[in-house]
Amino acid sequence: MDAVTSAPARIILICSGKGGVGKTTLTANLGIALARLGERTVVLDADFGLRNLDLLLGLENRIVYTAQEVLAETCRLEQALVKHKQEPNLALLPAGNPRMLEWLTPEDMQRIVAMVAERADFVLIDCPAGIEDGFKNAAAAAREAIVITTPEVSAVRDADRVIGLLNTRGVAPVQLVLNRVRPRMMASQEMLGVEDVTDILALPLLGLVVEDEQVIVSTNRGEPLTLNGNGSPAARAYQNIARRLRGEDVPLEDPSKARKGLRARLMNKIRKTTGLF
Amino acid sequence: MTLFDFIQRLLGRQKPSGTMAKERLQLVLAHDRSDLNPELLEQMRREILEVVQRYVEIDIEEGDVSLETEDRVTALVANLPIKRARPLPALVAAAVGKAQAPGPETPQELAVPLGSEPAEDQSPADPD
Repeated sequence: MDAVTSAPARIILICSGKGGVGKTTLTANLGIALARLGERTVVLDADFGLRNLDLLLGLENRIVYTAQEVLAETCRLEQALVKHKQEPNLALLPAGNPRMLEWLTPEDMQRIVAMVAERADFVLIDCPAGIEDGFKNAAAAAREAIVITTPEVSAVRDADRVIGLLNTRGVAPVQLVLNRVRPRMMASQEMLGVEDVTDILALPLLGLVVEDEQVIVSTNRGEPLTLNGNGSPAARAYQNIARRLRGEDVPLEDPSKARKGLRARLMNKIRKTTGLF
Repeated sequence: MTLFDFIQRLLGRQKPSGTMAKERLQLVLAHDRSDLNPELLEQMRREILEVVQRYVEIDIEEGDVSLETEDRVTALVANLPIKRARPLPALVAAAVGKAQAPGPETPQELAVPLGSEPAEDQSPADPD
């Protein structure tokens, strides 16, 4: 992370409006995936009141300083950047300490992101839920954005509000990730379809992530799915999103054909051949 | 999906919930994006009908004024079937010189872009 950058860093806000739709999980997995592809990546947890990115990356015990100390010049940026053990191209920077709720302003955010951007190819900003000050601070330095949503009415409605705010701010491009897709429910039209959501929000689709229990397992362990490349459907979806972000032409996966685990495939076969349940 | 839901769907009595979700979202987003609340929209609808009725007799039962949305652009769409034009003296009384009444029985559609963003449609206009 020391060499002088030639191309300017991509500064990407990851946001959703609604909480709990997968912003932090996407940030963690995308951070690892981009780092694996050789990109110097910094993930910035802008949600310092309720920060969790450290936990998802398994770095919760290694945070000593935050952006707050860097800006106050009580430490150097290198001291505050927490390098990932297995993936040295990735570093985490928490914006602040949960105990100090009132310090961050949009100007602070622009200053710290400018410092980080000098030594990175990608800066991913994990945005807090909501559209109030936390969002405005997090969005202050972003050039582009990824809006993540799930195929549910509340999540899509909140995403729409956020897209409106991003458009007013001139953040572009804004791309969409559709999370927690359940192919069987979509096939029976008991869930908003992929096209329903892209039509309504009028955003280009950057990726689809199918509902995958492995996401929970990886969160429990503090090891993002993209770290161990265990080939789960969600892991592949995150890797594909990282590649598309870099400009690679990776076709969108058909969610109904997502390769399932051995047991699920076996059950599927039994279901089909016997016509039972 | 419960068995009851399944039977309802087979009989065509109930839409799949995904379709309902899309329709409900399109309606609520049209309002979110235009910042027009239902009361304001209803007031505007009544005033539009009033103005149009000065010139032509319209079928209020069939008339519909609603917000529709496509590609994040919201439009106010009025679909007002015209029964017949008002007689000339009444028109002169209305005294908006240049306005000519359209021919009888022609449904007129007026689409006015509202600026920023999207929605679907309202229940048919009730008589005021």
